[in-house]
Amino acid sequence: MTSERQLVVLAVNGTEHELLLEPRQILSDVLRHELGLTGTHVGCEHGVCGACTVLVDGEPVRSCLVFAVQAEDAEVRTVESLGEGAELTDLQQAFRAHHGLQCGFCTAGFLMLAEGFLLQEPDAGRDEVREAVSANLCRCTGYQNIVDAVADTAARRRGSPGSSTQEAAP
Amino acid sequence: MSGEPARDARFDGGRGRWVGASVPRREDPRLLSGRGRFVDDVHLTGMLHAGFVRATVAHAHLTGVDLEATRAVPGVVAAFDAADLDLGDVVALLDRPPEEFTPTTMPVLARDKIRFVGEPVAVVVARDPYAVEDGIEATVVSTDPLPAVVSEQTALAADAPAVHDEAPGNVLLDVTMFDTPGVDEAFAAAAADGIVVDLVTHSARQNALPLETRGVVAAWDDHDDQLHVQICTQVPHQVRTVIAHSMRVPERTVRVTVPDMGGGFGQKCVVGREEIAVAALARRLDAPVKWIEDRREALTAGFLAREQRYRSRAAFDTDGHITALDVDIACDMGAYSCYPFTAGIEPLMAAAEMPSVYRVPAYRVRARALTTNKAPSAPYRGVSRPQYVLAIERVMEHAARLLDLDPVEIRRRNVITEFPWTGINAVTYDPGSYLESLELAETIMRDEGWTALRERALGEGRFVGIGYCCFSERTGYGSEAFAKRKMQVVPGFDISEIRMDTTGAVVVTSGTMNHGQSHETTLAQIVAEKLGIDIAQVKLRQGDTERIAYGWGTFASRSATIGGSAVSLAAGRLGELLCRIAAHLLETRPENVALDGEGGVVQLDDPTQRISFADIADVAYLRAHLLPKEVEPTLSATASFDVPGDGTFSNATHAAVVELDPGTGRVEFLRYACVEDCGVVIHPQVVEGQARGGIAQGIAGALYEQVTYADNGEPSAASFIDYLVPTATEVPDISVDHLETPCATTENGAKGAGEGGTIGAPATVLNAVNDALRHTGVELDDTPVHPQTVLAALDDAATSREEATA
Repeated sequence: MTSERQLVVLAVNGTEHELLLEPRQILSDVLRHELGLTGTHVGCEHGVCGACTVLVDGEPVRSCLVFAVQAEDAEVRTVESLGEGAELTDLQQAFRAHHGLQCGFCTAGFLMLAEGFLLQEPDAGRDEVREAVSANLCRCTGYQNIVDAVADTAARRRGSPGSSTQEAAP
Repeated sequence: MSGEPARDARFDGGRGRWVGASVPRREDPRLLSGRGRFVDDVHLTGMLHAGFVRATVAHAHLTGVDLEATRAVPGVVAAFDAADLDLGDVVALLDRPPEEFTPTTMPVLARDKIRFVGEPVAVVVARDPYAVEDGIEATVVSTDPLPAVVSEQTALAADAPAVHDEAPGNVLLDVTMFDTPGVDEAFAAAAADGIVVDLVTHSARQNALPLETRGVVAAWDDHDDQLHVQICTQVPHQVRTVIAHSMRVPERTVRVTVPDMGGGFGQKCVVGREEIAVAALARRLDAPVKWIEDRREALTAGFLAREQRYRSRAAFDTDGHITALDVDIACDMGAYSCYPFTAGIEPLMAAAEMPSVYRVPAYRVRARALTTNKAPSAPYRGVSRPQYVLAIERVMEHAARLLDLDPVEIRRRNVITEFPWTGINAVTYDPGSYLESLELAETIMRDEGWTALRERALGEGRFVGIGYCCFSERTGYGSEAFAKRKMQVVPGFDISEIRMDTTGAVVVTSGTMNHGQSHETTLAQIVAEKLGIDIAQVKLRQGDTERIAYGWGTFASRSATIGGSAVSLAAGRLGELLCRIAAHLLETRPENVALDGEGGVVQLDDPTQRISFADIADVAYLRAHLLPKEVEPTLSATASFDVPGDGTFSNATHAAVVELDPGTGRVEFLRYACVEDCGVVIHPQVVEGQARGGIAQGIAGALYEQVTYADNGEPSAASFIDYLVPTATEVPDISVDHLETPCATTENGAKGAGEGGTIGAPATVLNAVNDALRHTGVELDDTPVHPQTVLAALDDAATSREEATA
């Protein structure tokens, strides 16, 4: 049943928003429908698919598993914070170059997951990237190109591009 | 028979300036920056939210729906049951006699009877989605339960309760599509001198599982005198037809548009009942109404697929040539027939195409659609082909073992090599590279050392196997091919309209519907190539019933073949018009000019004389007095395209190397290779993406995903905790090699590429698992293969080995 609304201050992408919210409203809904930040998508609402992944104080978080009120006093970053205007970041460009998206519904979740992961694990190789990427679901790509895009970005940020793909050998 | 694989036939790109090049996708910038517009991103002023009260029993008489408490919930605006809404039923029909097909209807909301858990019984409308949930919780539904029909056995039992009164035996379709001469004689001959394979294969019920669930926003527009329905569907025109029919309003008063769509894979190429209800609510309440399916609904009440059982008997001579095939197919289609395809979608596809890539001289097949108390079925990427390919490929493997033949060799002896080939199933197969793909896959396995590893591994106590699957995929079903299905509505053609504006840029329409396939890029490449303009000058329009005269949407790998041909023809006609005007302006004969490939028209006998499209467009619109007399002042052209005859067949061979973990039963991929031929490749990166994504879904069906039910029909995989979708650690890297046999009947030589990966993967994986178990005597013929199945097989083998040595 409806409960009393609370005044909540959310810091999202560097801007503070004062919002009157029900305690039961989840962060993904508030980002999307109260703040109009519809780049964050909702795929399962039970914390498995990862389409709703955002950064909360730099950590990748399922925004469908967090009540918006829990995000008070934290810095929330969504896909809309990537890039300047029409300019894509290196990570976004790598997704494009490697065809790491098809329908694009899961993409924001993978971008924010990767953004958080690469900040924490800048030295990650392709296997570690694959392990990290396995946190989220994509139904279109078969993941290979997503792994390539993230591993390529990691390598480029370390200054050693082009060593991303891996050949299987017996 | 043998020979070097046709490596020189591999596609190397560079066909044209645009076609054949992996140009950056034009849809990417908005999708990468969170600026896409999916249906749940649509927000309209005063918008209300809808949600459905759903059945909690699988089979019951519906005796009451009490909405009084629902309507009293704060935030709830209205609530309706079937009688309140009074909408027409969804009816999908086949033109087949009553002994073959039993028509049934699907109400928008359940009326007198409940036929599956999750069936919508009532709809609640509230000011926000949270209040909708409160309202749903407050609703009381009364039922008088009936025994549930949940399997082939319970459906066909003599005393089975009827899911539909019209179909007392729970069979909606029963066809013996072929019974050619010589079947019984061939089996008799094989029994005497040859072998007979007799095997049963099952595949589990699966969810196509687009990551974006279904959803709709509907609003009445007084200015347009229309109900505007924004919906994620693969088939906007068919949705318009059904909504108008169900609401009993003229079709002109319904406009369907499709924003960005987060996948479909077939699940969104049928018309859902919830979407119709929401459209009706918007009119009834005179307010915009939104419904977004949640994941639990999608897993339990969305359209499902793939639950099939084959009993395949095959006769072979001693040389390993198949001499007859006799198959009985049962497809569990769930509670209702889907529109427009009907419950015949899976059995009719399977029966028509089961002989696959092989020269089968005698063929008998019976195929049935069963109705059960489960969520209904819709087409899912591949439609029956993953299943019949699995069955026929298992037949080949069993025969190879009985005859002590190499699995590649038995395929080599049976595969179609002469084209066009008219099969025993009365289907004519256009040229493909069946044998070449098989041999290239074999070469990859050998040259990379996997064949050697397979031999070596056994001595090291490792369980390593190689599996192959050789198959084709009919793509680009035109009207003629679909007419053979005897659907009452016959899909097939596509229409494209192209317009050039005053600056020389073009907008082109297509009746197909992008939902991840990259149409904004690939169809634009075709137009850019045809007209000789930069791709940035081409904008694609899809998914608007007001803008597109008519379209059949996207399914059955039809977009590049049929849609691509239509845009190509339309662009060609516009090119002719441009040339005619240019000739007049250059004061020369029309035969003396041609498109110059640089956005202009050039005079052939004097290339210094050229006029750009922008200059021609300027005349066509702004200085029309300069136009030739016979040309009207507009730069547009329309074309339609339909694939003649039986359509065109893509083909591929997959090869996988797996290792079984004797401790956990896990199937680990060491290598996965795909050799595919979809004719002329428009965008190699996109084709490879389709192959890999398709294979991932095929692996899902082979090893993981299974929609399960308790005996009372209650779904037991209602979340991602129980419905196991593979992640990046389950899906391996996949190499894709291209062969190219251009299609003679499409405008660009392209064949469809959307489904092949999904079709070939289950058989490939299952064959590889069985190969790894080859010394155990265990044969697994059902999917998915769970770790516990593998463990049991390895344990059995270990036990029998101990017994043998004891």
